[in-house]
Amino acid sequence: MDLIFSNAVNALFDPMTAAYAIAAIGIALHFGFTGLLNFGQASFMAVGAYGFAIATISFGLPFWGAVAVSVGLSVILAFLLGIPTLRLRSDYLAIVTIAASEMLRYIVSTTSAQPLTGGPQGLNNYSTEFYGLNPIPVGTYGFWNFTYSEREVFMRIVSWTLVVLFAIVLAILVRSPWGRVIKGIREDEDAVRSLGKNVYAYKMQSLIVGGLMGTVAGILFVIPRSVQPGNYGTQLTFFLWTMLLLGGASTVIGSVIGSMIFWGLLSLSDDLLRAGVDNGVITFLTNDQVGTIRFMIVGLGLMLLVIFRPQGIFGNKKELQFNG
Amino acid sequence: MLHSQMRANRLVIKLLSSIVMLFALFASANAASAATPAPVDPSKIFTIGGAMTDCGSGIPGVKFHVTGPGLDVISTTDKTGHWAAIAPETTKYVVDRFTVEIDVTTLPKGRKLFIDNTKRSLIFNHVNSSSATFKLAEIKCAGTTGGNGTNAENPGLNALFNGINLGLMLAMAAIGLSLIYGTTGLSNFAHGEMVTVGALTLWTFNKVLMWDLVPSALTAIAIVTAFGWSQDAFIWKPLRKRRIGLTQMMIVSIGLSMVVRYFLQMIYGGNTKVLTQGDTWEVLGVKMPAVNIICSGISILVLIAYTLFLTRTRIGKATRAVSDNAALAASTGIDVEKIIRVVWVVASLLTGISGVFIGLYMQAAWDTGFSIILLVFAAVTLGGLGTSSGAAIGAMIIGLIVELSTLVIPSDLKFAAALAVLIIILLVRPQGVMGRKQRIG
Repeated sequence: MDLIFSNAVNALFDPMTAAYAIAAIGIALHFGFTGLLNFGQASFMAVGAYGFAIATISFGLPFWGAVAVSVGLSVILAFLLGIPTLRLRSDYLAIVTIAASEMLRYIVSTTSAQPLTGGPQGLNNYSTEFYGLNPIPVGTYGFWNFTYSEREVFMRIVSWTLVVLFAIVLAILVRSPWGRVIKGIREDEDAVRSLGKNVYAYKMQSLIVGGLMGTVAGILFVIPRSVQPGNYGTQLTFFLWTMLLLGGASTVIGSVIGSMIFWGLLSLSDDLLRAGVDNGVITFLTNDQVGTIRFMIVGLGLMLLVIFRPQGIFGNKKELQFNG
Repeated sequence: MLHSQMRANRLVIKLLSSIVMLFALFASANAASAATPAPVDPSKIFTIGGAMTDCGSGIPGVKFHVTGPGLDVISTTDKTGHWAAIAPETTKYVVDRFTVEIDVTTLPKGRKLFIDNTKRSLIFNHVNSSSATFKLAEIKCAGTTGGNGTNAENPGLNALFNGINLGLMLAMAAIGLSLIYGTTGLSNFAHGEMVTVGALTLWTFNKVLMWDLVPSALTAIAIVTAFGWSQDAFIWKPLRKRRIGLTQMMIVSIGLSMVVRYFLQMIYGGNTKVLTQGDTWEVLGVKMPAVNIICSGISILVLIAYTLFLTRTRIGKATRAVSDNAALAASTGIDVEKIIRVVWVVASLLTGISGVFIGLYMQAAWDTGFSIILLVFAAVTLGGLGTSSGAAIGAMIIGLIVELSTLVIPSDLKFAAALAVLIIILLVRPQGVMGRKQRIG
């Protein structure tokens, strides 16, 4: 029981939770503040992960060089997605972003791209230089069930610092004159256009900035693990949307808290179910089947949230109107 | 006029009465599928495993070398083709990477891997078990002469036939999606799960309960139709009553798709269910499974029947009226909610047929529908959102691109090719092939 509880608390502050939070902050800018239906945040994360890993492994770039490559690729991707779709109705952006992200996943996982992307096996061994930046001396830190190696501590500090940083960036952006324009676009595109604003350019800027956050999240996500093409399916995007809507799409803090609640609850429900199966309390499920229940919970949660509390936990109902 | 109305009414009554029947069937089907047990894993330990199968029966004696932190074992497949290796216990949140290497010398004589890659790496992402999949090349099942293998002599014609075949199947699913979109505005991401239900229930009846193919297929189609009807009755109609926005409805459908998909995985497990059937026919020197040729023929008949329904029956005309302008249709006395219900039944009927055929064409698994849903969306968008003829044409284009692209690019990129074409066409002609310009606003 202690372990189940501490696993859940661990999940709250896991670097992965932080990575998801940053990617969700990106969609908050896209959807919550600009009204763009970006269903391809997974592709921005994939660009971060693969750009970073390939630049390090195949081209031998230093850490910051690899980060710069990812960021550059992310801007290119945003243009590629935005140019054909930002002039069209919002559901076209949804279909094109989801199609593009799946396309990217097929391309990186094809066996013919194996020398570069690792194909279905993915990539690893690219984090040495990042951990080289670690100033924390070797050892284990923490107490009870919360002990971490120096790398884990460093990873947690870096990820959560970036979460705070991006949350502040988002807060500043949406309170700026620029933010007022994009919120105007969310409410009524034509009204903003009639004021002489270039709606297309604003939408594009929003897509680029939010996508960049996805890319940084993608880099953070893969540093402590390997790059696996299977991770960048539409599932990833839908998870991010659930977190976003859980916290509140039109809020700054919503995506962060949403991500923490999401992973905390998943860890808790998963461990409790597994404990139930192991102790014979739950007899109608096997451990394999428990693995699928988490996804059913997410799906059901997403449905109920959108129907009964579309503004999320922290949102203001007046601020978020799902359009069209 | 009166006569056709009576005919239409009778149709509705027939549909409704059959649905009541189907509900009973649905319940029994669920019981049946629950009877197929997933591999039991009673331990808390992390397992790595998989199955080597050939035409539905396991291949024993294939060796796998599993390595990873604290693990270096060789696992051999049992009589059912299953193998498993147990990783050292760990309670960590995300577990390290493991590598599985297949010993190709232990494969049956003359058999090779589909993709010449003997290693897989695995990572546990919040699950206790992970599986490594290795497919064998050129499956030739006992009792057949050619099977689903490729026809090396004539790859072009073979790809063309496959493309037409896939296009026709996608067309029915795409028309279903497009009908629902046209009348209710819903971009239904859970549409793929209707395809999956069709394919998996076909497998349940045909391969578990050992029914003949035709009654199994009809029952599977009926179950999908009942599933579609109940989806509208219990989810979408109440949501329309609450005046939930279309974007919200779309996200609800994403949630529903996850619930249904993982429910199916829970019941049926993660492996692919083989639905291969009997004979092979030769058409213009290309060998094809007979069942696929028959499916293509039936698809064409279904599409013709659907067109007649849309243009000749009163309900069909009312459907077109509602999809054109629901408010105007209501003011002429059309019961819009009733039409929407009919649309759901017709759409899920078409999708059920498509699901059964797709199962026969590419086998059935818990994520079959999910793997093609983007192709279906691509077809609908290509044709022009909300038009039936456009959806059919879009589906044919997508089907042909998917299969013909294998002639020039690696076959694991064929779905990517279709999605690329979708994006390019949206750049050039955003309203789609058959769409009207005002729809893209």
